[in-house]
Amino acid sequence: MVLAVKELSKAYGGVQAVRKVSFSVDAGELLAMIGPNGAGKTTCFNMLNGQVESDAGTIEFEGRSLAGLAPRDIWRLGVGRTFQITATFGSMTVRENVQMALLSHHRRLWSLAALAARCHAGEADALLARVGMLEQAERPCAVLAYGDLKRVELAMALANRPRLLLMDEPTAGMAPRERNELMQLAAELARSGGIAVLFTEHDMDVVFTHAHRVIVLSGGELIAEGKPATVRADARVREVYLGSGHA
Amino acid sequence: MTASSILIQFLNGLASASSLFLVAAGLSLIFGVTRIVNFAHGSLFMLGMYLAVALAPELGYWASVPLAALAVAAFGALVEALVLRRLYAAPELLQLLATFALVLVVKDFTLWAWGPDDILGPRAPGLSGAVTIAGRQFPEYDLFLIVFGPAVLAALWYLMTRTRWGTLVRAATQDRDMAAALGVNQKWLFTGVFALGALLAGLGGAVQIPREPATLFIDLQTISDAFVVVVVGGLGSIPGAFLAALLIAEIKSFCIGLGFSKITLVVEFIVMAAVLVLRPWGLLGRMPAQARGAGSVEPLLRLPSRGMVVGLGALALALALVPLVQSGYTLVLLTDVLLFALFAVSLHFIMGPGGLHSFGHAAYFGLGAYAAGLLVLKGGLPMEAALLAGPWFAALGALAFGWFCVRLSGVYLAMLTLAFAQIAWSVIFQWDQFTGGSNGLVGIWPAAWLASKSAYYYLTLTACLGGIALLWRVLYAPFGYAVRAGRDSPLRADAIGIDVRAVQWAAFTLAGLFAGLAGALFAFSKGSISPEALAVPRSVDGLVMVLLGGIQTLTGPVWGAVLFTWLQDAVARGIDYWRAVIGGVILLIVLAFPHGVTGFLRARFAP
Repeated sequence: MVLAVKELSKAYGGVQAVRKVSFSVDAGELLAMIGPNGAGKTTCFNMLNGQVESDAGTIEFEGRSLAGLAPRDIWRLGVGRTFQITATFGSMTVRENVQMALLSHHRRLWSLAALAARCHAGEADALLARVGMLEQAERPCAVLAYGDLKRVELAMALANRPRLLLMDEPTAGMAPRERNELMQLAAELARSGGIAVLFTEHDMDVVFTHAHRVIVLSGGELIAEGKPATVRADARVREVYLGSGHA
Repeated sequence: MTASSILIQFLNGLASASSLFLVAAGLSLIFGVTRIVNFAHGSLFMLGMYLAVALAPELGYWASVPLAALAVAAFGALVEALVLRRLYAAPELLQLLATFALVLVVKDFTLWAWGPDDILGPRAPGLSGAVTIAGRQFPEYDLFLIVFGPAVLAALWYLMTRTRWGTLVRAATQDRDMAAALGVNQKWLFTGVFALGALLAGLGGAVQIPREPATLFIDLQTISDAFVVVVVGGLGSIPGAFLAALLIAEIKSFCIGLGFSKITLVVEFIVMAAVLVLRPWGLLGRMPAQARGAGSVEPLLRLPSRGMVVGLGALALALALVPLVQSGYTLVLLTDVLLFALFAVSLHFIMGPGGLHSFGHAAYFGLGAYAAGLLVLKGGLPMEAALLAGPWFAALGALAFGWFCVRLSGVYLAMLTLAFAQIAWSVIFQWDQFTGGSNGLVGIWPAAWLASKSAYYYLTLTACLGGIALLWRVLYAPFGYAVRAGRDSPLRADAIGIDVRAVQWAAFTLAGLFAGLAGALFAFSKGSISPEALAVPRSVDGLVMVLLGGIQTLTGPVWGAVLFTWLQDAVARGIDYWRAVIGGVILLIVLAFPHGVTGFLRARFAP
């Protein structure tokens, strides 16, 4: 078990964004977290990588509690993250963005001597090649198309050889073909590297094609869990997505 | 303290709060809608004071107050329509530069119109006496002020919540893009808000004249106070401004009452620092709404081309040859240019790549200068040792202040840096026995072998070019990249293991170290040092240099420092009203090149 979440809860004022959610992800597994808007998916993600503090419940990564750790500490343990709204360094090239993550991984952030643009360039290019961004390595991140930014983020998330990858809407803003390519890449990473992948996704085709297992959130609660086919057939899930009148 | 003196101090505080509230409310309103931090707001207050003093003999005091306020409002509307309206799309720092240019112009206009001496205002007819409260005399006029402040608050509250115009202003404060999309005429709304803000500032100045004389120094003093009030209360919140004005005026009043008048200058800034650390958006403020769009896109940091390196090397060589052909004044001026270039580059280091907009960088310049001077005078150290040790005291100051500063961002960070600079200035200004107080320190001369102008020039040249080269080099190192990463996206930086605050803290301290070196070099080049070395205008000089040259380029701050130092020297010697000329030149440059001179040249001539 790479990630084990038990009874995780978070309230904002009077709104219970996440209520007693429990699930786990295994090495090599692609777990999709789905649910309508406002179901609590992003809040869940933000608690997992330390951006938001939980009210109750436990999060264990490889048997170690993540309670009270900052995002940067959690990253050092081996958890990579991509954001729903991409966050990259706009004043750096694509390659430099990945180099930045590599410098951090190799603990060279405080170096005053080296030339950053020449550090780990080969390793950065290998990561960029993996996500299909090598041709654009010299371009500033500020001018990239949205789908390309998502791939840069993935390369950065892979820089510290994570054992858990958290991907919040990894294919949003991509064309359908791109989406499948990216998810195939994620599946390949999970399979070959034994990485546990947790992702949220609105596109049900992507979910049911690529996920090994699916969990469904609604109103902050976990309402279903299982193989894609089982979840698709679940009456409560159909109700949440289609409304009871259509069920 | 007896019960009656407590009561009197309390009432004194209430009376002082009213004028403070008027200025701060205007500043807050203007910022809320236009997102412009109006550095010239204290100047509008000063204009209100002088106009009321000038009009009172002709028209009587009570007529002069509203007329002065209206005149200031008209001036504010004019300034908005002619200058600021063209700058709403420009980077916020450039808007700030424009408002600071206005400070210079208004100051010299006031000097020209009313002369350099303080002018005492008339007493308010009908309220010139005193009443007896708890066995003590209390001015009637102060009682009027105690009522006047809350009355203006009530009027503003009515205007903002019960009128259509107020609703539009609140809508624009919340989301000006949406307000514009709904068909609100922004032009006139912004002009109106600016005029109202100016009216309040002018009114605040005019009602103050029976209590204190009109002076040419009141502008920066008022703007510092108003910044503190607005930030403590929460930017954009008028009730917050009222609450904060009360809080600060009362604390000051009791400090005076208890016989601690010396710490009043410091105490408001301590309150502000405490509030900002505990409630980063002020007492009644909310987290600022993010403006839409990408904002300004920061350029890549390319390694310098071979041509650039050769060019800069040739420039350094040329500078080294100057003493062979020139002596005397040219060397003195070049020494100034060099050390201000180092000062500007150290400020740019945190402002540009770091994204930490410091309004108080002179604190570290001054700390370095004073530390070096005191090490010689009081510590008995040789000059060489003092020069080397002084900057580390500046770094120590930056380390202490920086810890608080990097917890904030944007305008709040700017205000806090200003506050710390003001604290450092107050301590040095008032500690007569140790720092020489307002007179400063004299007799800080270089060692014998450095005493000649050319020897000292070579020392400055080596130290400044070395410092500049080092700071630039650091930006190309992993640490410099981490600094930029923290500016570009704190979220992503944190998510890849970068401790953004720690990195920014270190950068802040490093910048303080080199500002301190510039300060120490400055002290020995002049042989003396005064509190002006770390006063607000010096911090603003640094900002002007960085912004004139263009914040998005590495070499920009150097050219800005050259241009500004030369301009100041050339104009100050030849013209009485040199501030107004510099202000005018800055305004022209800002309006013509909204991305700085270097940015303009690059955009124009880039391949």
